[in-house]
Amino acid sequence: MRLQIERLPAPLWLRTMIPIASVLVTFLLTSGFVIAAGANPLQAAYYFLLDPLSNPVRLIEVLVKATPLLMTGAAVAFAFAGGYWNIGVEGQLYMGATAATAIGLQMDGVPAWIALPLIVIGGFLAGMGWAVLPAFMKVRLKIDEVVTTLLLNYVAIFFVSALLNGPWRNPISQWPQSPEIAASAIFPRLIPRSRLHMGFILAIVIIIALWFVLNRTAFGLKMRAVGLNMEAARFSGIRVDRTVMIVALISGGIGGLAGASEVAGIHFHLIDAISPGYGYTGIIIATLGALNAIGVAAAALFIGLVDTGSQTVSRALGVPAYLGDVLQATLLLVTLAMLLLQGYRISIRRRSGAPQE
Amino acid sequence: MASDLNPAVAMQGITKRFGMVLANDHVDFTLRQGEIHALLGENGAGKTTLMRILYGLYQADEGEIKVNDQPVTVASPKDAIRLGIGMVSQHFALASPLTVTENVILGTTHGMRMNIEQANREVQAASARFGVLVEPRAAIRDLSVGQRQRVEILKALYRDARVLVMDEPTAVLTPQEVGQLFISLKGLKEKGFSVVFISHKLNEVMAITDHITVLRLGKVVGTLPTQETNPTELARMMVGRPTFGVTRKPEEKEQQPAALVLDGVTALNNKGLPALRDISLSVHAGEILGLAGVSGNGQTEVAEVLAGTRPVTQGRMLVFDRDVTHSDAKARMAVGLGRIPEDSRANVIGQMTVAQNIAIEQLDRFSRRGYLDRQAIRRYAQTLIEEYQIKASPDDRMHTLSGGNLQKVVLARVLAQSPKVLVVAQPTRGLDVSATEYVRSKLLEQRAEGAAILLISEDLDEIMHLSDTIAVLYEGRIMAIRPADGATPEELGLLMAGVRPA
Repeated sequence: MRLQIERLPAPLWLRTMIPIASVLVTFLLTSGFVIAAGANPLQAAYYFLLDPLSNPVRLIEVLVKATPLLMTGAAVAFAFAGGYWNIGVEGQLYMGATAATAIGLQMDGVPAWIALPLIVIGGFLAGMGWAVLPAFMKVRLKIDEVVTTLLLNYVAIFFVSALLNGPWRNPISQWPQSPEIAASAIFPRLIPRSRLHMGFILAIVIIIALWFVLNRTAFGLKMRAVGLNMEAARFSGIRVDRTVMIVALISGGIGGLAGASEVAGIHFHLIDAISPGYGYTGIIIATLGALNAIGVAAAALFIGLVDTGSQTVSRALGVPAYLGDVLQATLLLVTLAMLLLQGYRISIRRRSGAPQE
Repeated sequence: MASDLNPAVAMQGITKRFGMVLANDHVDFTLRQGEIHALLGENGAGKTTLMRILYGLYQADEGEIKVNDQPVTVASPKDAIRLGIGMVSQHFALASPLTVTENVILGTTHGMRMNIEQANREVQAASARFGVLVEPRAAIRDLSVGQRQRVEILKALYRDARVLVMDEPTAVLTPQEVGQLFISLKGLKEKGFSVVFISHKLNEVMAITDHITVLRLGKVVGTLPTQETNPTELARMMVGRPTFGVTRKPEEKEQQPAALVLDGVTALNNKGLPALRDISLSVHAGEILGLAGVSGNGQTEVAEVLAGTRPVTQGRMLVFDRDVTHSDAKARMAVGLGRIPEDSRANVIGQMTVAQNIAIEQLDRFSRRGYLDRQAIRRYAQTLIEEYQIKASPDDRMHTLSGGNLQKVVLARVLAQSPKVLVVAQPTRGLDVSATEYVRSKLLEQRAEGAAILLISEDLDEIMHLSDTIAVLYEGRIMAIRPADGATPEELGLLMAGVRPA
């Protein structure tokens, strides 16, 4: 008896099963950790996946959690689809948050209809600005953007840290956090007495724009061509360097917007931990979502769900909230493995004769 | 003489399906000891599939394999090697920084220590014994393609192969190297080795084999002793109809003005070494200029500098007196330069649809203020698919197409833009006879309509059949330019090998 592997793409029905199968396999693989933490895996699964959907307050919280993830997921997906491996969304987010804070602090007495667009545009431009250097180095000097964008994340995070411990240290509390931004610069709530804010609308707009650009525009076709086969794209008359540059900058801008939205929508001031790794989670979301807008939206909402659930699960069952991270990481690995395996047929073969699937 | 010997390999009723495609349909194939046996057929006829089954790379869905009259299971190349079957594929599996000896013994060594001098002597001895001449201490990267192929052959023999499968071994060789390969193979045959010779080149098959098995669409059409057949019969068996061949008709024409001019073009290869040195050519309207040469002598780079994917370090390129030396691909297409790339599969976007690939060179035409007109793209693709008889639908992903259909898409994409100047690289490589004829007839059609065509091809027959003028490239230089009428394969073969006939 032997295992035999052939290259043969899976049929369509099997491919559509992948998300569900991934969740099931992830559940099986992570059960051990849940048991080790002293909880019942089925109960944990309930709290992770179903409890947040069970009442409107928690459901809204899922959308709040999903807001930055929709943006960072879209930022990464846009970059990856164009063949630019932007690992720097985290840093771009921090720079966007910094710019939003800087603008927000100056908005006393300025009406909201001026303040809000300024925050949005400022956040976008700051993220974009932070993306310029690695994009330029990639296009002009052929320096791998994976390394440069990743390293610039640390620069951005430490820059924010320096600001908060220096000029922006809160003069009253002396905490390393900036003073609050002006009231007119705060994103309006979408639902009273909830945390759901205008940033969610922005995120939805970004997702729709992502879908539209990728699927309906000449630029989307060009950038996807570059992402899929750079040489062929160049051969076909596409200006590859220019395309990569635009993709990198817009991706950075969306990342910056995510930061601005967190400041103006959730925290109202800048803190060190403005992002618990939204930029990196964006990579997971973009990959899970297969770099398309609908997939990114689904993945971001799902991760938002698990994030919300992991807080409930830790309170209800007394397990560490980090289990949520374990779950996310396992899900990513399982989904990637499934996406790879669907290209093959594996059959068990007994001596000679027809293989049995 | 070979027929009274025992079969070295007998494959019976071999059937192999890939999804809906029947690659091998109850194929019987018998290889006798001490013979060279051709597997002849068009691309996609199932030759390589059959041999990959024998070598354990694929498993047959049905059928039986016997080696020396013993039924065997070949589940992996490891099994095949143990059974004495070796394979030399078109793409060599050699580690180029290592020496010949190191490559030959790779995977056969045991224990921690190895004595490289002793191994060198062993490889030297094996080289002499099998009559496959190699230099054991030479690094692979310094060897020519023909020499590398000999290393591959020796590698198989060193692993005690008694049966050697050669997959299109002459595709990459100069005429001279082909001669040397044939001498080696004949020597092996005398020593009792069996050789499977996969090919679609009739004259080579006639020259070297004892038996010929012709495959068509996965089925055996027949097995014949080579002495009792002729190229015409074989061609008919391969294609299922007699071939006429597509050939340029010599005619007296007035010399048209030069449409494409290369003036002292110099360029570097990927390693930064000179690949093209001072290339000067001019191609006139209504003319096909054939650029002959062996792979690795700059043909690829000529195609690339003209396509706009490789920078020129010196010299100029003019299309109708307009300098395009430093223009990007888009600007070149705008002045009427059409390009058919050497490796079509690498120069299309496999994950995108046929329609998208057809439209991608003309996105300005198919979009309004950046918004894609997807209906127009599909309609246009559908028109070209019908006009060029492409077996595909506009929404098929490009990578699912066969080589012939993929090439037709690339051809349609370019020709539908009515280019005035065409740069065509290896347009029929890997295509079967009917697709080849189709592509060649389209090129001649373009010539008749007044296009200036630079035909870059490693297939000397193709060059001689289609060209008005032939230029030979050797080590990045133009060796000679002469009218096609009167040029002989021998003379061109020598020029391609860098020898100027006296």
